[in-house]
Amino acid sequence: MAWNEPGGNNRDPWSSGGGNRGGNQGPPDLDEAIRKAKQRLEGLFGKKGGGGRGFGGGNGERSSGGPGMPGAKGIGVIAAVLVTIWLLSGIYIVDEGTRGVVTRFGAYQQTAGPGPHWHWPYPISAVQTVDVSQRRRVTIGYQAVAAQQTRPVLSEALMLTEDENIVNVQLAVQYQISNAADFLFNFVQPEATLKSVTESALREIVGKRNMDFVITEGRTEVAQQTRELVVDTLDSYDTGISVVEVVIQDAQPPEQVQGAFEDAIKAREDRERLINQAEAYRNEVIPRAQGQAARIGEEAQGYTARIVQNARGDASRFSQQQQAYAQAPRVTRDRLYIDTMERVLGSTGKVLIDNESSQQLMYLPLDRIMRSGSASAGGSGESSGSSMNNAVSSSDGSSRSQSNTASSGSLRMRETR
Amino acid sequence: MNRLSAIVTAVVLLLVIGITFGTFTVKETERALKFRLGEVVRTDFEPGLYFQVPFVNNVRKVDARVQTLDESPQRFLTSEQKNLIVDTFVKWRVEDVEQYYVTVRANPREANLRLSEIVRDGLRAEFGKRTVQEVISGDRAEIMDLLTEAASLAGNSLGVTVLDVRLQRVDLPEGVSESVFNRMVAAREQVARQFRAEGQEEAERIRSAADRRRQEILAEARREAEEVRGAADAEATSVYAEAYQADEEFYRFYRSLRAYENTFNDDSDMLVLSPDSEFFRYFDQLDSLPATP
Repeated sequence: MAWNEPGGNNRDPWSSGGGNRGGNQGPPDLDEAIRKAKQRLEGLFGKKGGGGRGFGGGNGERSSGGPGMPGAKGIGVIAAVLVTIWLLSGIYIVDEGTRGVVTRFGAYQQTAGPGPHWHWPYPISAVQTVDVSQRRRVTIGYQAVAAQQTRPVLSEALMLTEDENIVNVQLAVQYQISNAADFLFNFVQPEATLKSVTESALREIVGKRNMDFVITEGRTEVAQQTRELVVDTLDSYDTGISVVEVVIQDAQPPEQVQGAFEDAIKAREDRERLINQAEAYRNEVIPRAQGQAARIGEEAQGYTARIVQNARGDASRFSQQQQAYAQAPRVTRDRLYIDTMERVLGSTGKVLIDNESSQQLMYLPLDRIMRSGSASAGGSGESSGSSMNNAVSSSDGSSRSQSNTASSGSLRMRETR
Repeated sequence: MNRLSAIVTAVVLLLVIGITFGTFTVKETERALKFRLGEVVRTDFEPGLYFQVPFVNNVRKVDARVQTLDESPQRFLTSEQKNLIVDTFVKWRVEDVEQYYVTVRANPREANLRLSEIVRDGLRAEFGKRTVQEVISGDRAEIMDLLTEAASLAGNSLGVTVLDVRLQRVDLPEGVSESVFNRMVAAREQVARQFRAEGQEEAERIRSAADRRRQEILAEARREAEEVRGAADAEATSVYAEAYQADEEFYRFYRSLRAYENTFNDDSDMLVLSPDSEFFRYFDQLDSLPATP
């Protein structure tokens, strides 16, 4: 803006009118007005003096030579215009959401709300505008690098807890300027003050708590208490800042120990898993046992039925036969004996031995002798049903039984064993 | 006319010069000292416009806003001889401008140095009386109050008001932090192990209870089964006894035959018989027939 530039040819005449350099609050169309005024001035001087040589020259010319009414009139007009411009430069507009703090000779005058206003122009009054609606943010423990991106600041974030552990806390304070004048006049760096007060308060609160509390259920409480402490401290300072919200963005164990913390959480899950597995085992074993118990019971019932029915059947059979037998005991007895023996001897092997020479013969492997004749067709399976068979090992015996006709080999074997 | 305009010009010029050199403003953020030939004549300026005699008076302005003494972090020993790194800040404001000018030449840096000495001294004393635990959690507010008090006293002599002395950070030195991390890891491991062991304990309890329950169920079932079987056996026995008592001799005979038949029923059975048994009575003695009665 040309208004702010130190235009050399503007300065001399205006210094007599009180100067106009600082009226930077004026609306932009003032430029236009000034340009027009300048043209008019030049027009006026152009008639009288050399024209276009600047105002200083104009003045000098007037004081030295050319008197007359048009010159005095011109000065009056110039003065009036300058005074008007000067007064107009006191107009300023305060935007919605901002406040204008007006000072007169440095002393606080008033705080102007949104809208057009006027103050005595420079150098009498000045206005500074402050945005009071914008929510600003101070962050502890991290920095916003870009939108949605942050970078941790560990020196701020790591702090000691009561149990002398270290936690990583990231916190944001949202604040507004509640009193524009206080904000401007009371502190050298109000925002930095808010930040250091917040950091101090946060550390004080976290220092009173255990780490587990801070990183789990205590977050909101820590934020709440930090807020209270910050608000109390700021109240005693009159910074003009009001804290809107204190939010803990993150409260975590430090990076160096995060693995161990995760493992502890995992361990808790493991515990649940082990218990669940054991419960699954229980849920499997007990119904099975109950099933097995039912089976045992049923089997016992089955046994009962079998045994009792067998007994009844046997008893009935015996009773009937006994009744028949009682009618002809002797013949029946012989018949039964011979029939039975016939069946028995008919289905088994037999050796008939004379009593006198039987002692030596008993050593012969009688079954082997018989088998070599009778079982040569199929005799792969060496039956262990007979008690006498057990004397000879099975594989040896089967091969030998087919090749040897003599009994001496087997006999020898028996002796060597 | 000519003279008039010259006079007007001169007056205007004088006014401008007079206003420029004969006035001064004190801003809202400032306090001012007015000197007359080196001597302080007035200090109680409210913000606003004031007059002075050029070349006789001069004015020194100082910042009246709250300033911050932000100390660089320093090490302090606690009562158990542990080092802590402490970062403090002091908020102060010029109160008595003349005193401020006399003692520290109205230089904020100078004032900061003086205050910093006091605060450091106070910190050393207070930390030396306390343990780490007390410094961090219990007595923090108290230490800050004591320091504020001490700094206020010192500040009064410098012409400044100390609003607040706060401990900003109280941290462990780098190496100690490392060992704290190790301790934290160990503590977590302990917790993790405990969790797992508890899980195993509980699981073992549940499993063994289940096993026990299974055995109980099975044992009870067996007992009942045996009882049932016993009853069945008893009944069978009594049934047999009742039937066989009719003719015990015949039972023995009959049962023996059944037993022979059941015992020797396999091809592989081998009977070694003597020809003089009852069965072979007629085997090689044809003539015995008439002999029998």
